[in-house]
Amino acid sequence: MKFVKPLLLWLAPLTFLAVFYFYPLANILSLSLERAEGGALVTFGEALKSAAVQHVLWFTIWQAALSMLLTLLVGLPGAYLLARYQFRGKSLLRALTGVAFVMPTLVVAAGFNALLGPKGWVNLGLMSLFHLEQAPIAFINTLGAILVAHIFYNVSIVLRLVGDFWARLDPRLEQAARSLGANRWQTFRQVTLPLLAPAILAAALLIFIFDFTSFGVVLVLGGPRYATLEVEIYYQTISLFNLPLAAVLSLVQLACTLALTLTYSRLAARLSHPLRQKSQAATQKRLTTWRTRLFAGLMIGFLLILTTAPLLALAARSVTSPSAERTRAGLLVPGFTLGFYRALTLNEQQSLFYAPPSTAVAISLGYADVTVVLALLIGLPAAWALSHHQKSKINQALDPILMLPLGTSAVTLGLGFIITLDAPPLDLRASPWLVPLAHTLVAFPFVVRSLTPALRSIQPRLRQAAAVLGASPGQVLRAIDLPLVGRALLVAATFAFTISIGEFGATALVARPEYPTIPMVIYRYLSRPGGLNYGQAMALSTILMLTTLVGMLAIERLRVGDGHEF
Amino acid sequence: MKTKFFIIRLLFFLFLTACSTAEPASTNTAVGPLTLTVMVHDSFAVSDDVIAAFEQANNVKVQFLASGDAGSAVNKAALSKEAPLADVFYGVDNTFLSRALDEGIFEPYNSPLLEKIPAQFKLDPLNQALPVDFGDVCLNYDVSYFSEKNLTPPANLEDLLKPAYRGLLVVENPATSSPGLAFLFATIGHFGEAGYLDFWQGLVDQNVKVVNDWETAYYTDFSRWGGQYPLVVSYGSSPPFEMIFAEEPLEAPPTAAITTDGSCFRQIEFVGILKGTQNHDLAEKFVDFMLSPTFQEDIPLQMYVFPVNPDAQLDATFVQYLSLPENPIVLDPAEIAKHREDWIQAWTDLVLR
Repeated sequence: MKFVKPLLLWLAPLTFLAVFYFYPLANILSLSLERAEGGALVTFGEALKSAAVQHVLWFTIWQAALSMLLTLLVGLPGAYLLARYQFRGKSLLRALTGVAFVMPTLVVAAGFNALLGPKGWVNLGLMSLFHLEQAPIAFINTLGAILVAHIFYNVSIVLRLVGDFWARLDPRLEQAARSLGANRWQTFRQVTLPLLAPAILAAALLIFIFDFTSFGVVLVLGGPRYATLEVEIYYQTISLFNLPLAAVLSLVQLACTLALTLTYSRLAARLSHPLRQKSQAATQKRLTTWRTRLFAGLMIGFLLILTTAPLLALAARSVTSPSAERTRAGLLVPGFTLGFYRALTLNEQQSLFYAPPSTAVAISLGYADVTVVLALLIGLPAAWALSHHQKSKINQALDPILMLPLGTSAVTLGLGFIITLDAPPLDLRASPWLVPLAHTLVAFPFVVRSLTPALRSIQPRLRQAAAVLGASPGQVLRAIDLPLVGRALLVAATFAFTISIGEFGATALVARPEYPTIPMVIYRYLSRPGGLNYGQAMALSTILMLTTLVGMLAIERLRVGDGHEF
Repeated sequence: MKTKFFIIRLLFFLFLTACSTAEPASTNTAVGPLTLTVMVHDSFAVSDDVIAAFEQANNVKVQFLASGDAGSAVNKAALSKEAPLADVFYGVDNTFLSRALDEGIFEPYNSPLLEKIPAQFKLDPLNQALPVDFGDVCLNYDVSYFSEKNLTPPANLEDLLKPAYRGLLVVENPATSSPGLAFLFATIGHFGEAGYLDFWQGLVDQNVKVVNDWETAYYTDFSRWGGQYPLVVSYGSSPPFEMIFAEEPLEAPPTAAITTDGSCFRQIEFVGILKGTQNHDLAEKFVDFMLSPTFQEDIPLQMYVFPVNPDAQLDATFVQYLSLPENPIVLDPAEIAKHREDWIQAWTDLVLR
């Protein structure tokens, strides 16, 4: 029985991963390695000995580690603020910081260009203020751009994963430590931090893997002097068709991801404690003293600037037409226009693949809905098994592999889909289902990682007590587990939803042109010359931001609704 | 408005469900119009009435399958040749042509329309890949920058090494960008294998700026848009498109292309019938259709490239503002396939290190 139950829970997630992940991946890797002249082992040896590959691997690791540390450094005070204080506009703040996470890299790059590019708002302002000839700030294509963009993207992971966990920690533990004579720092280090460790660790792992496999940020914002493994895999596959080397690099990337998650699982098992969770109302204070107000003000301002300034700069660009003539004449304030939005709704070229913004939004939301359902259907049982049967051998073996999809090169997996899902009943190669399936693979690790800490922290005694009092397993689930994990479910669903809305890399490989998502339409405009095209790309990016913001706010409303917490 | 929105969303849901049970495209035996599947890269576009005309005339439904950028699409076709994804493949260009031909993904088709098409476009003597359109990768310059500084724009590649043009040029990385690669090929074709690296050393000494993608080069660094470099590697067609897609109507193109002999690289895109198609006749008809004036005349405004069929009439804006290079660089696709990696590597070692 001890063995069978986790196995049953694993059935759906494992079948899904086997069909849509492991099988296609194994297929493309073996096909690629078969093409190696002199055999796969020789290719392996040569690749690992090559100075160029070592250089790329080393850069990939250290930029990811640095980005992760900086993100935690920025995110933890923010998580504390959101967890421990009640203030007006908190939902809006949470929603605003979450929008960043969704944006496709091309949009973010355009946002940073509008803000900090050679003719971005900041440089233009400084130039006209100090009468400069050249832009004083060089940001695009620097290491700094990579780091800032990584923080921009991932800080909301810390705010959500750690913040939500923190909000439910019983503050009396800290109060006890303080009254026993510990100072603030000691309390934080010896009480709060150990309690928070599982959530911080989960966030750190996700962020590290995200930055480790970073593609668009490094390619577009980092520029030609920086390359991660993922960029190198793309180059070897697409430009050179050197599939054996691409396969070796993919395997190296997977091995790193696996090693990382193994370390994580070890640590997480050691660090997690069943805790009595408190409702938010019981743990949160109002901002009463001037100190807390100052801290909150600075923190909110900082988070808002970090996560919304590039997006606001882009939105401003979508309603202005800073033609070259005007900016050259030193006119900082360009003409206001809604022309780009109007142009979006016109099919001037009578194109077959034209989609008005409302259709693109509806298609994106449709894919996102399906992704949420799929990701929760397979993610929940997996998280359940992981948290309820911690000692089970199956869990210990399976846990680390759940993160692998995140560490897999999109180019490699995309080709795997093509050569694998080619026979009925699974000839999905031309099916629109490929899009939500691919999105689900990316969202799945997030769903599991955000659910597991919450499920683990439910005290078994609560369940036992309910069972002793005569509750059936179903009643225990409804009365104890669901209310307790409701919030975590919501976080998980948000992740799945937002990942799907903003995904571009995999979508571009598998989507049908008649049913374009918002990022696909943005890219179409962005890849063409002419001010009207660029302006339309900015306008549609703004619509994507607003759509996401509305979605996030709706979720925040639901969040307020789950009042019956323990 | 709200209800309409939810109806679209619901319909899409139903549509997804329907598709999961639908039969794969190439094995249709049921009644009703046949489906012809055409694999394309993500820059493909066409007018809806043009396709509707073909569908009506042949009682067929044309389904397009986007497959990422041109390189990704070729890879997809090559790896799925045992069980082809589509009947027709459009969008392999001369820089990837050898990969497609070496992998043997096409079957030959001697379209009657080929005789109309000039020999310079027909790079595959076996007619497995048939030319559809072409575009030139050329240097573009910001007209007002040069007129304000009273500076004559460079006339050719050699001019870029003159002190007057120091620090003015932004190019794309040939490892990651298709126009970047085409420009590298232009320099190889123009200066020869023995001389192109010297030229690039000269550009490095002139402080050439390198970025990874066309979007960054054009919209972040080119002085017409976001930046401070008045010379950029783009397309010969970019200036007329700056006119057509201007924010406010312009009197003259704000940019111009340098199209003197040997300064542009010509990209030619091909269509082919995928081996193993069940719809051979229809596939041939579609290829003929792509080479016919109806489709060819639709190409420029949809895809920003130009028809290979001289019978196709160009829009007046193009006739007025487009300057087509008379002698662009063309390299043998087999040579490209053979040296691509070495050329890019040599370039990287010189320019980025």
